[in-house]
Amino acid sequence: MSKRFSNLAVPVVSVLLGLIAGAIIMLISGYDPISGYAALWNGAFGDSFYVGETLRQMTPYIFAGLAVAFAFRTGLFNIGVEGQLLVGWLAAVWVGVAFDLPKIIHLPLSLLAAAAAGALWGLIPGILKARLHVHEVIVTIMMNYVALHLTNHLIRNVISDQSDSTEAVKETASLKSSFFESLTDFSSLHNGIYLGLIAAVIMWFMLEKTTLGYELRSVGYSQHASQYAGMNVSRNIVLSMVISGAFAGLGGAMEGLGTFGNAFLHSGFSGVGFDGIAVALLGGNAAIGVVLASLLFGALKVGALNMPIESGVPNELVEIVIALIIFFVASSYMIKWLLSRFKKEEK
Amino acid sequence: MEYVIEMLGIRKEFNGFVANDDITLQLRKGEIHALLGENGAGKSTLMNVLFGLYQPEKGEIKVHGKKADISNPNVANELGIGMVHQHFMLVDTFTVTENIILGKEPKAGGKIDIKKAEQKVREISEQYGLAVDPTAKVADISVGMQQRVEILKTLYRGAEILIFDEPTAVLTPQEIKELIQIMKTLIKEGKSIILITHKLKEIMEVCDRVTVIRKGKGIGTVNVSETDPNHLASLMVGREVTFKTEKTEAQPKENVLEINSLFVKDARGIQAVRGLNLTVHAGEIVGICGVDGNGQSELIEAITGLQKAESGSILLSGKDITNLKPRKVTEQGVAHIPQDRHKHGLVLDFPIGENMVLQTYYQQPYSKAGVLNYKEIYKKAGRLIKEYDVRTPSEYTPARALSGGNQQKAIIGREVDRDPELLIAAQPTRGLDVGAIEFIHKRLIEQRDKEKAVLLISFELDEILNISDRIAVIYEGEIVAIVDPKETTEQELGLLMAGSKRKEAGEMNV
Ligand SMILES: Nc1ncnc2c1ncn2[C@@H]1O[C@H](COP(=O)(O)OP(=O)(O)OP(=O)(O)O)[C@@H](O)[C@H]1O
Ligand SMILES: [Mg+2]
Repeated sequence: MSKRFSNLAVPVVSVLLGLIAGAIIMLISGYDPISGYAALWNGAFGDSFYVGETLRQMTPYIFAGLAVAFAFRTGLFNIGVEGQLLVGWLAAVWVGVAFDLPKIIHLPLSLLAAAAAGALWGLIPGILKARLHVHEVIVTIMMNYVALHLTNHLIRNVISDQSDSTEAVKETASLKSSFFESLTDFSSLHNGIYLGLIAAVIMWFMLEKTTLGYELRSVGYSQHASQYAGMNVSRNIVLSMVISGAFAGLGGAMEGLGTFGNAFLHSGFSGVGFDGIAVALLGGNAAIGVVLASLLFGALKVGALNMPIESGVPNELVEIVIALIIFFVASSYMIKWLLSRFKKEEK
Repeated sequence: MEYVIEMLGIRKEFNGFVANDDITLQLRKGEIHALLGENGAGKSTLMNVLFGLYQPEKGEIKVHGKKADISNPNVANELGIGMVHQHFMLVDTFTVTENIILGKEPKAGGKIDIKKAEQKVREISEQYGLAVDPTAKVADISVGMQQRVEILKTLYRGAEILIFDEPTAVLTPQEIKELIQIMKTLIKEGKSIILITHKLKEIMEVCDRVTVIRKGKGIGTVNVSETDPNHLASLMVGREVTFKTEKTEAQPKENVLEINSLFVKDARGIQAVRGLNLTVHAGEIVGICGVDGNGQSELIEAITGLQKAESGSILLSGKDITNLKPRKVTEQGVAHIPQDRHKHGLVLDFPIGENMVLQTYYQQPYSKAGVLNYKEIYKKAGRLIKEYDVRTPSEYTPARALSGGNQQKAIIGREVDRDPELLIAAQPTRGLDVGAIEFIHKRLIEQRDKEKAVLLISFELDEILNISDRIAVIYEGEIVAIVDPKETTEQELGLLMAGSKRKEAGEMNV
């Protein structure tokens, strides 16, 4: 079985199995799976408004997925995407609110602030890992909580005066697109989707085509061999976390400058960062895979909202389906085994 | 004659690449049966088929005359087949006993009965003269001991048939003697053994029969009593092999490497190199010979910048390179064939092609302005693979999938091709077949004749005597003698290595 084929087959089969299992659960609970999935489809792609919503939901997933995938490909497990996303969100909005600048400067500056904040949030676990061998999973999880409470504190006490949210970002820092609004019947789709696709190309290019990517991958696979080859292992570990954090921070900017147009208090995590782990896993940690998996996740999340309305199926079912898909991807060994059995029988 | 194992007409492919083609191997009860073949001939593959790690495309396996479908290693274990792999599979942080019982733990009321397990491990260890401490941590014991743990693992699972994949490649000469003794005991206790080795001497010493394979095809089986090393070598390579490499008298020129009273600590902080002095000239091969653990590794690491020197100086063509970063040392013209090819020499998950530019990827023409030029990278890889006869399905194959010997050839090709002023070769021919050894030795001598300096570190006295122009004996972190290979003997070297005859520093011409 060629590697290409199994790279593609595992996620596809996993999604199918997840949907089938979801159908069985609907049947057992007394719902009609056909009308349930029809409602899901209509809610995700039924008309231009829903398509817009799906693509909008997809945007931060791309960034979160790229962040996780980038770290993973370089041998690191970044569980801190959620926190990096939150600080990126706030940094983007802060710059978006505080300055009066022409759009051509203001928007890039806000995005840059988001990337820098996320990068900083990745820098800390990166340094701790490189210098003191503290495992990045532990530090990034802790950094998530620091980010959550710190951003809440800043929103309430520093940027606003005891209010629940910041002002809306200036027009010159906004990602909103009147073109998309007219095209998609006033969905919240914004220009961030372009940036997401560009980011995917950048991640692919950086990892596969540059000497930097070569070093990062090499260090991820074998620190000893990389050191032997004269690479600076510590620097590469830090760099990898910084770049991953920057992707995550930009994901936050999508929410802050696009979807919501402001930053507000979070009682808990947004979940986007954690979903990024699932997106990366489903996408095989490749840029193109992350984009496709983001589309699927966006469609499932947005389409789910229509299920109770159109077919009476509770939208939590989609969470179950997502969990099952991840379960099947994680047990890809089993799927590969099944596929090879089928192949054998054909002979 | 009764066969315990019969592998008949085995064929195994990897994505269309035929690694085994219609190979037959029959193992008699109570014999040591050698499996001989060049690097990449398909020996490990064949044994992995027998052990259930790979499924053959064609052919049949019979165990005790009955047809067997060995679909995974557990089935192999149940059939009494055990394997000691080329690269060990032990959990470093576990004790010997914990490693051995892993997956087959004796239980007492839901809990692991570790006392009982230790007792049993001790019993087996004594029965076969293995002398393993069941309570020691694997990380703390020597490679030779770790290998015995692997042997114990198979015996604990009731193995009757043992497969050894290149067991002696990682051992010191003394450990090899002990292993041979252990194998003889195993046979006496009624076991049967398949032994993969490239060392014809070992085959002549312990084996009863030899099956030879060449490029994936079975050449045949011969009785050891009716053959000799030359015959075996030609069967395996398909041509005559010379064991003694021809070379002219060395013409040493100026100093390339100059080491003055060097002190280096090892990873645990113990002084491993203690005031070492050594000079290597352009146009000569200096062989360092010594018992493992006398500071060889630390010496190399200090020269290449992988380990800090405490004091002393290292000069390369007169320039001070003491404690430079590895990259700087490399750029000054030092190449290094590392002792541990898996740990240092290769990024195993990279394609073999990308491994060929591990130190040069950032230079032109392999990249420009930070962007890799894969065309150039793979052009170079293709050329090296051809020149150094690296047997691989393609240059895109991950290094991990290459046979052990071919990984080594790839590293050597990469390092020699940089045409360095100083080439450090640590155990360059470990795990290579006789044909490849001959080839590598020629390359080292070629470097010498191009007026480059070569520093060879090897535990094989044959190799040291064969190709060095001068031999430096290392003992407890010091060079204790410099001898002329033409005027010394294995006996004298043995004594010097044991530290019994320390020459006065004054009379030494270092
Ligand atoms: N998993 C794999 N995928 C692709 N090719 C493989 C794989 N395993 C082995 N090969 C190829 O099959 C051939 C035989 O390899 P094998 O490891 O059996 O050689 P070997 O005889 O043990 O050599 P050595 O003495 O160097 O260890 C090699 O050319 C190798 O590249
Ligand atoms: Mg092998």
